[in-house]
Amino acid sequence: MDESNRQKGGIYIHVPFCVKKCAYCDFYSCTDLEKIPSYVQSLIVEMNLTADFPLHADTLYIGGGTPSLLKAEQIQLLIDAAINRFQAAPDAEITIEVNPGTVNAEKLAGYWQAGVNRISIGVQSFSDASLDFLSRIHTADQAIQSIEFARSAGFDNIGLDLIYGLPGQTERMWQADLQTAINLTPEHLSCYMLTYEPGTKMENNLRNGRFRALPDKDVGRLYDFTVRYLEDNGFYQYEVSNFSTSRQSRSKHNQKYWTHAPYIGLGPSAHSLVDNRRSWNVRSLEAYLRKTGQGKLPIEETEELNSRQLMMETLYLRLRCVDGISILDFEKRFNIDFNRCFGSIVSTYESDGVLEIINNKCRLTRKGMLFADSISSRFIDAI
Amino acid sequence: MRNIRNFSIIAHIDHGKSTLADRLIQTTDLVSDRDFKNQMLDTMDIERERGITIKSQTVCLPYKSSDGKLYSLNLIDTPGHVDFSYEVSRALASCEGALLLVDASQGVEAQTIANLYLAVDHNLEIIPIINKIDLPSAEIEMVREQIEEDLGLDSEAAILCSAKDGIGIDEILEAVVKYLPPPKGDPDAPLEALIFDSHYDPYRGTIIHFRVVQGKIRTGDEIMFMSNKASYTVEEVGIFQIVRVPKPALTAGEVGYVIAGIKTVSDTKCGDTITLKKNPCRKSLPGFKETQPVVFSSIYPVSTDDYPELVIAMEKLKLNDASLVFQKDSSAALGFGFRCGFLGLLHLEVVQERLEREYGLSLIITAPSVEYEIEMNDGTAMMIDNPALYPEPTKIANTKEPYIKASIIIPDRYMGQVMNLALERRGINTDYQYFSSNRMEMIFELPLAEVVYDFYDKLKTVTQGYGSFDYEMLDYRDSDLVRVDILVNGDRVDALSQLVHKDKAVQRAKFACEKLRDEIPRQMFKIALQGAIGSQIIARKTINAFRKDVTAKCYGGDISRKRKLLEKQKKGKKRMKMVGEVMIPQSAFLAVLKSKD
Repeated sequence: MDESNRQKGGIYIHVPFCVKKCAYCDFYSCTDLEKIPSYVQSLIVEMNLTADFPLHADTLYIGGGTPSLLKAEQIQLLIDAAINRFQAAPDAEITIEVNPGTVNAEKLAGYWQAGVNRISIGVQSFSDASLDFLSRIHTADQAIQSIEFARSAGFDNIGLDLIYGLPGQTERMWQADLQTAINLTPEHLSCYMLTYEPGTKMENNLRNGRFRALPDKDVGRLYDFTVRYLEDNGFYQYEVSNFSTSRQSRSKHNQKYWTHAPYIGLGPSAHSLVDNRRSWNVRSLEAYLRKTGQGKLPIEETEELNSRQLMMETLYLRLRCVDGISILDFEKRFNIDFNRCFGSIVSTYESDGVLEIINNKCRLTRKGMLFADSISSRFIDAI
Repeated sequence: MRNIRNFSIIAHIDHGKSTLADRLIQTTDLVSDRDFKNQMLDTMDIERERGITIKSQTVCLPYKSSDGKLYSLNLIDTPGHVDFSYEVSRALASCEGALLLVDASQGVEAQTIANLYLAVDHNLEIIPIINKIDLPSAEIEMVREQIEEDLGLDSEAAILCSAKDGIGIDEILEAVVKYLPPPKGDPDAPLEALIFDSHYDPYRGTIIHFRVVQGKIRTGDEIMFMSNKASYTVEEVGIFQIVRVPKPALTAGEVGYVIAGIKTVSDTKCGDTITLKKNPCRKSLPGFKETQPVVFSSIYPVSTDDYPELVIAMEKLKLNDASLVFQKDSSAALGFGFRCGFLGLLHLEVVQERLEREYGLSLIITAPSVEYEIEMNDGTAMMIDNPALYPEPTKIANTKEPYIKASIIIPDRYMGQVMNLALERRGINTDYQYFSSNRMEMIFELPLAEVVYDFYDKLKTVTQGYGSFDYEMLDYRDSDLVRVDILVNGDRVDALSQLVHKDKAVQRAKFACEKLRDEIPRQMFKIALQGAIGSQIIARKTINAFRKDVTAKCYGGDISRKRKLLEKQKKGKKRMKMVGEVMIPQSAFLAVLKSKD
């Protein structure tokens, strides 16, 4: 294929293994750690099978699950194979998600050596009581330590994941978490409201009255506090749950999801999007290993997105980002008159103070972000 | 003609008409057992689901009698619910006899009597049948007594039957041949045929159900409707044997259908007379009394774009439901629609369901109302059934509402409960009488407005299903009428306004606000729901705003799932109405009409 026609894309590698499943998590994962070596081989088989995709990778993201269960050599193997197969740029962003309970200084140094240049640490909380409620396998001290190990290993692009809106959580409690995080000077923060996903243990406990969820209005207040507090401390929101110290330290990979940039997902349940065609892999590890073992792509389903569906997704995804919808790009891409289509919705929401048009961009305000789902659904009603 | 019998089965609802019809059809080998399904003549889904008959249906049964001759027995199945007695009346006009079915465990009930009167009015020969004799609770002797005393019929002639178990079916068929008279009429006279029903077939156009009273009708004949002189050429005549069976001609006494390329739905009128253009009859057959609607409500499409489809659907439905009357209506909240008159609340529900199912429309129905008489200060008077047209209260001198005379037949142990129910509904007990064996008839004068509002369901509940009910219109009496408005965030939703008696206003307004609170989804802002008479607020509820509505995580695997959810929501919202900034689902409009459970 002609080099100049290649699109810049992302590669996502899913590592579905976990020491133990967290009570709130609904991602696909399993605890058969002895299958890791054969799984790494299967991922390379899948890469070889998908190597014809017209991608030129500039991001590689190893997520999970718990990818930090993999040894540095295994990560090295995967990165080398991916760079080779997807013509990764030398300056590609290569991220790995790390669970503080699974790493030491040596392992993180090994990841750095293997070419990983961005690290996302699943801290979730700096309170041991909260970590216990979330059934995390690590302590707050371990989390702090793993951040220090990462710095020592050479990482200069560190992100922390935090969860808020836990039962009984006050603004003061959450502020303590945020302040600890800020003191550790990461480049990136992801702050997620705790969500009770159907089918998880936590949701089941909630339904059975084992605890009471924090009321929505309190979660909303914590959200508002988060955005203000982080901004005061030099972290700028760029998506509902994501903050960074600068534009450069935003997650390049994750932004691809929100802009319909092409990406290829490898591993069970991973999603790919290339040329308006989305596909996703089989969900179970067994089926994945079987299919790749037979030399077949482990794809479960493919959907071809029509322009209407792309427009729906664009509205939904772009309104979640502080950069919002570029009206000119939108009109050009979908060949519609933005104002004619959405003018009345825009002016209603403008007067409610949840949406604004700045520099020809339609974006939600801080308050509006909290209602991103209902607002985008009103936009979608209009198409 | 001597070998034709035209008959109906009449009964109180649930006494087993459709089951008996099924059994008669089965016995005469019209359908193979393989093709047989229960409620054979109830072709509408909604009839099968609810286990009721709404439309009259006709079937021509070939029957070889014990006298060795072959007979054509035309059975016209009829509905039992009080709302549909006009259907019974039309069916009876094309019969010479009727089978009067009485449930062996329930005995004679209010509509048994009402339907018997209808049959007597049409000079029909009546064969009483005691059905469900297989039931352990069957009390055959008691029912015989009731037939003799309450109905004044010869109980010796009553045939014992279990339609379910196929007992007594042959006796019934023999009795039809032996005791019911054959039709009269002259096959050589000018054509006189009575239209008693019609329906629309997407491939063949209007299909007229009729009875030939005099003369003969053949394929190729040029026919003419007496009412409007419209003429058509007959494409096909035939009889109903579950499916349409074409015949070269139909002659006096026969019941069947005619297809004549009739595209203009409004050309066919039930009760009209068909004759031949070349050799017309002298005058029309008596026809039918125009049905009087008693319940009024407006119908709007949920999506205003669907109005043209609603127009077509109403026209077609009217063809099949002669009792439905309507005219154009419009609402600030709901756009264009129709103001409709119905025979009762069940009729309203049936019309709504048929429009939604058969024509794929999604509808909003406004609160049912009766027709009020309003006397103005200036001495003029008007009839109002639509809250939207209710005049300025200060200009009204007096309001009157329609009353009915209700006959309720119950086992006497329910007397107290029924009395309470009627009093609660502003009723007056004017009379009562004992029938045989602990059964009694109570007579009430009740405001019709109280009856259209779930009275029948409530009666069934308080009498554990034993109460039966029939009514006739009485007169107009003074009322203390007010218009209750419903305000959503201060905007009056005209489609939710109701005309009610002052004593019931607060109760209704509260109920409406509560229902709306349960049905309207939370939105980004607080929603105030108020019930009001003029500027006076009489009920109030609030829907709190939600405090957050955002998905925390949205990465590769979440996007497609989220989009599918949004697509589903978008589809669901087609069934919502925007009132100001508030989205009101169709279910909210409907919930307001339902009574408390």
